[in-house]
Amino acid sequence: MIVADRKPIQEILEMVKDYERVLILGCKGCVTVCNVGGDKEVGILASILKIARKKEGRPLEVHERTLERQCDPEYIDQVKDQVSQYDAVISMACGVGPQFLSEAYPQQRFYPAVNTTFFGGALGHGVWVERCAGCGTCLIHYFDGLCPIARCSKSLLHGPCGGSAKGKCEISKDVECIWDKIVRKKMEEGRIEDVTRIRPAKDWRTARDGGPRKSVREELVQ
Amino acid sequence: MRLNYPSSVKVIQIPCTGRVDILHLLKAIEDGADGVYVAGCLEGECHFLTGNLKAKKRVQFVKKALKEAGVEPERVEMFNLSAGEGPRFAEIAREMADRIKSLGPSPVRMKKAA
Amino acid sequence: MNDLKSGSNLEKILRAGHFAFTGECGPPKGANVKHLKEKVAHLKGKVDAVNITDNQTAVVRMASWAASTILIQEGVEPNFQMVCRDRNRLAIQSDILGVYAMGIRNMLCLSGDHQSFGNHPQAKNVYDIDSMQLIALVKKMRDEGKFINDEDIDAPPRLFLGAASNPFAEPFEFRVHRLALKIASGADFIQTQCIYNMERFREFMKRVVDMGLHEKSYILAGVTPMKSVGMAQYMAKSVPGMDVPDSLINRLKGAGKGKAAEEGIKFAVEQIEEFKEMEGIAGVHLMAIEWEHMVPEIAERAGVLPRPEVS
Repeated sequence: MIVADRKPIQEILEMVKDYERVLILGCKGCVTVCNVGGDKEVGILASILKIARKKEGRPLEVHERTLERQCDPEYIDQVKDQVSQYDAVISMACGVGPQFLSEAYPQQRFYPAVNTTFFGGALGHGVWVERCAGCGTCLIHYFDGLCPIARCSKSLLHGPCGGSAKGKCEISKDVECIWDKIVRKKMEEGRIEDVTRIRPAKDWRTARDGGPRKSVREELVQ
Repeated sequence: MRLNYPSSVKVIQIPCTGRVDILHLLKAIEDGADGVYVAGCLEGECHFLTGNLKAKKRVQFVKKALKEAGVEPERVEMFNLSAGEGPRFAEIAREMADRIKSLGPSPVRMKKAA
Repeated sequence: MNDLKSGSNLEKILRAGHFAFTGECGPPKGANVKHLKEKVAHLKGKVDAVNITDNQTAVVRMASWAASTILIQEGVEPNFQMVCRDRNRLAIQSDILGVYAMGIRNMLCLSGDHQSFGNHPQAKNVYDIDSMQLIALVKKMRDEGKFINDEDIDAPPRLFLGAASNPFAEPFEFRVHRLALKIASGADFIQTQCIYNMERFREFMKRVVDMGLHEKSYILAGVTPMKSVGMAQYMAKSVPGMDVPDSLINRLKGAGKGKAAEEGIKFAVEQIEEFKEMEGIAGVHLMAIEWEHMVPEIAERAGVLPRPEVS
C-alpha cells in the first residue's frame, strides 16, 4: 500500500495557526493500514493539537471524521455539507486525498497532515518498507521477484556495484543490497546467465519521468 | 495495608496496563490533568504476557507527542511494580506527586482571557 | 591485428605489450586551474595517462571533461571518467561527443558513488542508465557510429573504453562474472579498485585468467599507497567494498612513529613488482590522490621509469 509518515506537530500547528475551527479527515485505506491516518490517528492528532493550542491560550475547535477513502469521488462527496463549516480541513490521507478534496471543494483550504513516501508492505507490526517505485514497466520476474529499480539505491540493472558489502548497500547498513540477494539466488539456482547478460537501458517514459500518468479501463468507462 | 498516598492522585483500575490507549493519556492531559502515570506489572511478569510492554511504548509515544506540543514530557510516566508491593505503590504516588508539584500546574489548563 | 580504436597513448602502450602505468588526479573544488596544473606537473612523463575523477564521492569539483582538456594543454594524456549518477543519456552522449571533439581519447565508465556520500545529498538521483549500459553505449557510438536510439552520429567518437572492477565487493564469487560482462559489453581496459589483500586478489586473477578475460581486455591493478595507520584503519572500516587486511595495518603500526608512510610506499612498490609478473595483469593504476608529488619517487622505486614512448 501507500505508506506515509505524520508531519511533525509543529509543522501542522503552523499550517492552522490562524484558524480556530478545523476538521480532521482520516482515511480507512492505506493510511489506516500503516497506522498513520486512520480513525485512531485522527483522534490522537486532534488531541495533540488541542493540547498545544490550549497551552497557547488560543483553543482550537477540532472535529473528526474518517472516510472510507479519499481517492474516490463518491466518498469525497460525503463531506460536501460539512467542509464549508470550518476555517480549514486537515487530511490525514496520502497525497491523493487532499488533492481530490481541493478539487471538489475549491472554496475550502485543505492541508496534508502526512508526508506520503512510498509503495510498500509490512515487514512486521509497525515496520513498512519500500518495494515498488511505480516505474510502469514491471520486470521483477527477471530477477526472481526482487525489484532492482525500487530496491537498489542506484536502480541498477546490472548490479551489484562495487560498494556492496556484507549484503548491505553502500549508503547505509540499514539498507540491504538487493543485487547481492538477486545474484546469490541466481548463483544458487544455477541461473547465473540471467544476470550475466546485458539488458537495454530502461525506458523511463512509463515512469513519472514521462510526465503525470493516467490509467483507463475502456470496458468500464461510461 | 492502609498506607497513605497523596490525595492528589486519582486511581483508575484496569485489568492490565496493556488496556491503556494513547488517547486515554492524551485526553487526560487535554482535559487538564497536571500529570498521568501508568503503573504496571514488573517487566517479564505481565499476567497477559506483553501488556505492560505495550503500555511502555505508548507512554513513550505520548511523551514525544507532548514534547512536540510544548508540554513537559515528564508529566506522563510509566512505572513497574508487583501487585504485592504496597509500599512501592505509595512511594511511586508520592514520587509522581512531588514531580508534578515541582513542574507546576499543567500549561494546558485554560488560561483566563486577558 | 586490428587498427587502433582511439590512437591514445595508453592504448598504444598496451597494444605494444608494455606494462602500463597510469595515475590519477582529482580536479580542484573550484576553478583553480593553477592548483590543477601544479598537481599534474608531478605526473607528467611519469605515467601513461592520468585519470581525472568525476565528482568523486559525490563531492562537487571541476568537471572531469574540463580538467581533462586542461591536461591535454599541459601535454599530459587524460583518462576522462564519467559516472552515471549525475547525468541522463542525453547529457552522457552529448558530453562524449564534446570530450572527443576536445581531444580526449580515453574514457572510464562508472556507476558513481551514491549522492548521499557527498556534499549535496539533497540532489535528485539520476542513474538513467547504469555503468554496464554506459559501456555498451560508448561502444555503439564508436563502433557502429550510432547513438543509443540508433540514429547516426555525425563523426563518431573513437574513444579507448575503460571500466572499473572491484574484486573485493560482494558476493566475491560473482565479481569475476560481472567483470566478464563489462568486457563483453565493450570495455577495452579495466582499472581495479585499490588492492591491499594480495592473497584474495591472486585468487580473483586466477579465475579471471581461467575465463580468458585477460586476453579480451587489458587489466590494470589498482594501487593506493597508505600514508598512515589512520588512513589504513579508516579505509578498513569506513569505505564500502574495501578489503584491508590486519597484517597490513600491523605492518604500518610496526614501522614506528612517523615511518608509516615510508612503509606504505614500500608495500606499494612490492605490490607493483608482483603485478609486473602476475599473469593477466597488463599494468598498474596508481591512485595517489592528493599525494601526486610522491608519484615520481614511487614510479622510480617500482622500476617503471622511464615510460615507454610508442609512436
